[in-house]
Amino acid sequence: MSSSEPGVDEVSGASGPVTEDAPDREPDPLREELVDRLTALVGDAVVDHHIVSGRDLWIRVRREAWADVAHTVRLTMGARYFGFLSAIDWMPSPFGRSLDSAVDRSLAQEPAPTTSVTPGPYETGFAGGDTRFQVFARFANVADHWGLTLKADVGDVDPSIGTLTKVYAGADWHERETHEMFGIDFVGHPGLRRLYLPGDFEGTPLRKDFPLLARMVKPWPGIVDVEPMPGGDDETGDGDASEATA
Amino acid sequence: MTMIGDRQKLQYIAAAAADARVNVELETEGMTLNIGPQHPATHGTLRIVARLDGEQVVSADPVMGYMHRGYEKLTEVRSYPQVTTLINRIDWLGSFANEVPFILAAEQLMEVEAPERARWIRTILFELSRIANITLFLGDMAVQLGAFTAVFYAFRDREYVLNLIESVTGGRFHPYFDRIGGLKDDLPKGWIDETRSAMVKMRAFCDEMEELVMNSEIFEARTRGVGVIPPDVALQYGLSGANARSSGIDWDIRRDHNVGLAYDEVDWKVWTHPDGDSFARFWVRLQETREATKIVDQLCAGLPKGPIMAKVPRIIKVPAGEAYVATENPLGEMGYYLVSKGDLYPFRVKIRTASFNNVSIVPWLLRGVYVPDIITILASLYFILGDIDR
Repeated sequence: MSSSEPGVDEVSGASGPVTEDAPDREPDPLREELVDRLTALVGDAVVDHHIVSGRDLWIRVRREAWADVAHTVRLTMGARYFGFLSAIDWMPSPFGRSLDSAVDRSLAQEPAPTTSVTPGPYETGFAGGDTRFQVFARFANVADHWGLTLKADVGDVDPSIGTLTKVYAGADWHERETHEMFGIDFVGHPGLRRLYLPGDFEGTPLRKDFPLLARMVKPWPGIVDVEPMPGGDDETGDGDASEATA
Repeated sequence: MTMIGDRQKLQYIAAAAADARVNVELETEGMTLNIGPQHPATHGTLRIVARLDGEQVVSADPVMGYMHRGYEKLTEVRSYPQVTTLINRIDWLGSFANEVPFILAAEQLMEVEAPERARWIRTILFELSRIANITLFLGDMAVQLGAFTAVFYAFRDREYVLNLIESVTGGRFHPYFDRIGGLKDDLPKGWIDETRSAMVKMRAFCDEMEELVMNSEIFEARTRGVGVIPPDVALQYGLSGANARSSGIDWDIRRDHNVGLAYDEVDWKVWTHPDGDSFARFWVRLQETREATKIVDQLCAGLPKGPIMAKVPRIIKVPAGEAYVATENPLGEMGYYLVSKGDLYPFRVKIRTASFNNVSIVPWLLRGVYVPDIITILASLYFILGDIDR
């Protein structure tokens, strides 16, 4: 059973639709105990959590407590292994899947794309979320064999959060990458430089409102040269490359 | 073994301290050494800017992105089956292993399970990718230390494994063989016997490497006590795979967090080494290659019969949800954090690659080492550029 408590915080209309349709599973005492322990240690910093029984655990914490919670997770709960850190942009892409062929869109019953930016609230995933961005990181306890994903909401206006480099030295590069890809500021990071992108690159590529230009200027090959499937009565091959650049 | 290691480590530290004193007394000037982006030791295009004081590194800063292909963005405009083609190219030496965690993550969200036989064949191919990948490391490490012979042996014997992979999947490097719900095809006729004899050859190759490289006095002198990573530092940087295990961390996802592969069905062992130096990393990988051949042998012997594909819809839509599935790839933990919104396309895929974390320790590790040891350390960490840059 995916137990998702209504957190201390009022989760806005955008609470995950995903929590209900998980099939019934046995309770997961190990992960429930982890949640209880963390809640006892950091108090109301824990906003919400989600357990997929026998598999995995998600905990959403307040943004201000991000580094403190990580500190507790590492030193008190023993998750000394740093997996990764990254972010999610929950805004649906304003380009829709403009970059796809009309065929794909009709299969997905997708409306024609627009370019308008949808204001929130956005539909979010496990353990809910209130803001457009979410920073998430994964830690593991290699002695007791469990792992968990911590999440924290980061707003659209001032996308910043405390750095984890003082807790896990390995967070350095991950934060640099997240910084350049999402434009999220990691307060206290010793050198928030570009990691991959060239110095004169403009924009934050992994945000949903960053267009994938290569796909917009050149139609996906599947659109123009689709041959009908042998023996198939399918609807492919209308041959017209409807590019969705508005 | 450990005793020799300790003595050599102490000698190394004493020599480094003596040099530092000389440098201070002579006020040697700093110098910037640019290694790469086209240095053979970087297996691609990684550049390391090292500030030197005499023969020692003061600070080292890796510069990457020369091969950044933006896979995380590209996955957002590809359907699930199409993503497999892309991610094949992350760690190009162990490409089948790249597909597996992604497929498993998608299967987890879809609540689909591959049939027994498919799981076993996946595991066999997974281990074959490991052997093909690590084989090259074993030869390449020797090249970086100046011994050329070993790498020709490695290239020669890797062919046995690549031929096996090719005869099943049709591709030597980019199989694109794993499907949501199972596999594309079953094994060809006679493949099991061929695999058995190839595994015998690979074990002979491991023995050869042990004699030729590892037991060589020069090799030991160049690697013992060089690039020591203490376990706690390794964990903080998220080192995984053989790099972590050679620091004495007993952690293997195949055994400790196995998802969907057939490792529980066979009898095998996780190798660790307490020293954490370059020698230990070579030693652990050598043992792991041997162990992998044994895993393949056992899986081939007990391969269950049955279908290789579960029932999945023709058009694959993954229900909304999030999943993180990681596997123990040749280079270490590789995982996909998959976010789906119930669409044909992933909403977000975070690709956690082993080499990214493994190389992020380089600035810490290279501080204070001698210039020739830079190459030893980089070679022993063993990374693939595509696995860093993604």
